[in-house]
Amino acid sequence: MRKEALIRWLFLGTAALSIVISALIVLTLARETFTFVTQVDLSSLWSEGWFPRRDLYDIRTLFAGSVLVTLVAMVVAAPLGMGAAVYLAEYARPRVRRALKPILEILAGIPSVVLGFFALTWISPEIVQRMNDEAALFNLMAAGIGVGLLVTPLVASIAEDAMKSVPTALREASYGMGARKVTTAVRVVIPASISGLVAAFILGISRAIGETMVVAIAAGASGGSLFSMNVFERGQTMTAAMASMAGGTDAVKGAGLTFQSLFFVGMMLFLLTLLLNMVAGRFVRRVRQKY
Amino acid sequence: MPPDSKLKAKKGIPTAQRLDISRSPSDVSLTEQEPVPVFEVDDLSVYYGAFRAIRNVGMTVCERQITSFIGPSGCGKTTLLRCFNRMNDLVDIARVEGSILYHGINLYHPEVNAVEVRRRVGMVFQKPNPFPKSIYDNITFGPKIAGLKGDMDEIVERSLRRAALWDEVKDRLKDSAMGLSGGQQQRLCIARALAVNPEVILMDEPCSALDPIATGRIEDLMEEIKSEYTIIIVTHNMQQAARVSDMCAFFTAEVNETSDTRTGILVEFDKTEKMFSNPADERTENYVTGRFG
Amino acid sequence: MNAASRTLTSSPEIVRARLQGRRFDAAGFFFRLLLLAAMFVTLGLLALLLFDVVSGGWGVISTRLGDFLTGKLGITAARAGISQGLRGTFFIGVFVVAIAFPLGVGAAIYLEEYAPHSRLTRFIDVNIRNLAGVPSVVYGLLGFAIFVKALRFVTGPESNGATVISAGLTLAVLVLPIVIITSAEALRAVPDSLREAGFGVGATRWEVVRSHVLPYAGPGILTGTVLSLARALGEAAPLILVGATTGYLSEGAGYSLASLQERFTAMPIIIYTWAGRPQPGFQEATAAAIVVLLVVVLLANTVAILLRNRYEKRR
Repeated sequence: MRKEALIRWLFLGTAALSIVISALIVLTLARETFTFVTQVDLSSLWSEGWFPRRDLYDIRTLFAGSVLVTLVAMVVAAPLGMGAAVYLAEYARPRVRRALKPILEILAGIPSVVLGFFALTWISPEIVQRMNDEAALFNLMAAGIGVGLLVTPLVASIAEDAMKSVPTALREASYGMGARKVTTAVRVVIPASISGLVAAFILGISRAIGETMVVAIAAGASGGSLFSMNVFERGQTMTAAMASMAGGTDAVKGAGLTFQSLFFVGMMLFLLTLLLNMVAGRFVRRVRQKY
Repeated sequence: MPPDSKLKAKKGIPTAQRLDISRSPSDVSLTEQEPVPVFEVDDLSVYYGAFRAIRNVGMTVCERQITSFIGPSGCGKTTLLRCFNRMNDLVDIARVEGSILYHGINLYHPEVNAVEVRRRVGMVFQKPNPFPKSIYDNITFGPKIAGLKGDMDEIVERSLRRAALWDEVKDRLKDSAMGLSGGQQQRLCIARALAVNPEVILMDEPCSALDPIATGRIEDLMEEIKSEYTIIIVTHNMQQAARVSDMCAFFTAEVNETSDTRTGILVEFDKTEKMFSNPADERTENYVTGRFG
Repeated sequence: MNAASRTLTSSPEIVRARLQGRRFDAAGFFFRLLLLAAMFVTLGLLALLLFDVVSGGWGVISTRLGDFLTGKLGITAARAGISQGLRGTFFIGVFVVAIAFPLGVGAAIYLEEYAPHSRLTRFIDVNIRNLAGVPSVVYGLLGFAIFVKALRFVTGPESNGATVISAGLTLAVLVLPIVIITSAEALRAVPDSLREAGFGVGATRWEVVRSHVLPYAGPGILTGTVLSLARALGEAAPLILVGATTGYLSEGAGYSLASLQERFTAMPIIIYTWAGRPQPGFQEATAAAIVVLLVVVLLANTVAILLRNRYEKRR
């Protein structure tokens, strides 16, 4: 029996490791964030742009970039992902569904650097610059569309799961009263799975905010960026700012508080996505409880 | 009772007699005594892919009667029931042979719209399946999608009263239907089906998930609305069939030795009293006396 | 509806007219069209992406694939190769397999087979779910602050800790929650009757897990782990933070252990750096590198997903 107890403790140890990892993430982020917040010149947090090497840490610039990219991404991913999900869950014949779903899952594994390259070399010249011929080659719009395309399979997959968990009995009740397919989908299945659909949407946002490489490649603005709300210009998000600070030959370029600012941005990103994920988790649980 | 409704379904027997009931509008009887056929089923077989679920069923279901389907599990009662409002269409691999005439119109004619059929032939399911919406919205769902104009409040009240649920829920119409008890949910589902004013109501073991008291209330309800609706009920409960139905059909399954599948067949179809007191077929007698099934 | 009007509707002509009222269902038609459009725009854009990179990289792949795979990074696109990137990505894969898989599967076994219904268990569970949602770039910060600093003394001043070991450890930590979640799902799908049968003949919990539960859940666990491996091989952001580079790489220690002490790069990093280079020829080289990475990642994904679907169907 000692062997049994030993094995049990071993497995408990591996499970508890996740708590250690979480604690380490929070501690490392908190320590440097503390240094940053206590030492930074507060006026530099509200200046003309994000230029860590010149000690200008305008948070608005990064937030604006992240919000714009996420907004564009969700304008792309929400209709595409939800539409694909409704199609797969309610319309596709079993054979079509069995073929399309794995394709979507496989494509969900396309690395984000690849989407970044695609955003820069195809989406930007073929879509964005045709929409607005004054758009720069590197722009937030192309990055946002790229992120949206990256997030679409994720949104589709979660939304489809939510709609599939709606009991067939409800669909039958609707059809049994002479409802058409569109009525059943829009007025019965979607309302019944709304929590899951909201969760899919929120998780999509969370993923879009946390996405780094597409923006780092397609939105340009390495080094720093002026505050801008124009999606057709270069720009920087929280994530891309971190990659840009860390990129290059040494781990972190610059002097002063540049190093600490990296962790400060990381902390904001961590808290923001954690909040979104917890809200989404609550919605997911609501679906589970209902059925 | 027209003589043809006593016909026993036997494989291959042409049912010319039944097809002869050609009615012109002038034939339509306004009296309650002569039951008017609503459904005439002829040589009906249903397949799921290569598997034959029921075969060669023939029967006539009459207006303002309760017709019950009894028989052991897996004998195709539910499959047959779902043919009457074309719910089997929702199963991709389902295929129907033979015909069901609804007031003389073949339901499976290509020009017949299943959606329109279901608005006239409503359905109540085995497990109560209210929508996760308010009681009020559950009732108005059908009338709204059918494009019915009119006073929704009145439709809600009338439907709930007919389903004997009004007094219990009138003060909480905006509450979620999921908060009702199982019996109340099932009566709500009946009310929901009544709200679109169907002519026929199909009930697929509507009481199997309910306790005896709730079951009793549903049976009373059926008795009450029978004067206005034609009801077909599938039940596992022979006492229930004996209590509520006017006509009764007994099905059984024949096992195909080679493929190890079961195909449902109609053994006997007659007045309920006769089925339970003096059935013509030995298999029916064995079943209703509890010796089999 | 009263009896008289009800009976009168029984006239076949009237009934036929009503039942055949097959108005063109415009709303349904357009809704369906909209859904199909969503599905096919998504698939179409992703297919376009594949086509775009394959056609972009075709020049390199068709003329000098061998050189490209074995060559080294360089200033001229026409001679640049990705051998160092392949090596880095290979070692990262080794670390993920060696570290994240056993730890992840172990944690999943604990949570599904051993854990009591306690607050601690629930806390671990919630914690793992939240970890899975942490952006990858934040894991990079963790890797930088913990692994790079800790390994500084092991790897010497040359690389200052920014080696493929740090990268491998960081990505192993990154995919750990995903491995745990997918493995736990696979274990949950094992019917309880199987466990009861094992306990019924007097087996201990570990014996039941080892000889009944794990073999049954095996394909599901394998799918989850392969998917996480593919995810790790495609990650770039954390590698940037732990100091991946395309600059000062030493002249090849090959796949020896010594190379673990040096500065490193990986396929996604090469793609990231090349994608931003304006010099002629690098767009093509980037596309070719992407094709190589996609072959590895999408192949792993495809095998894993087909494997899972096959086993799911069998049950």
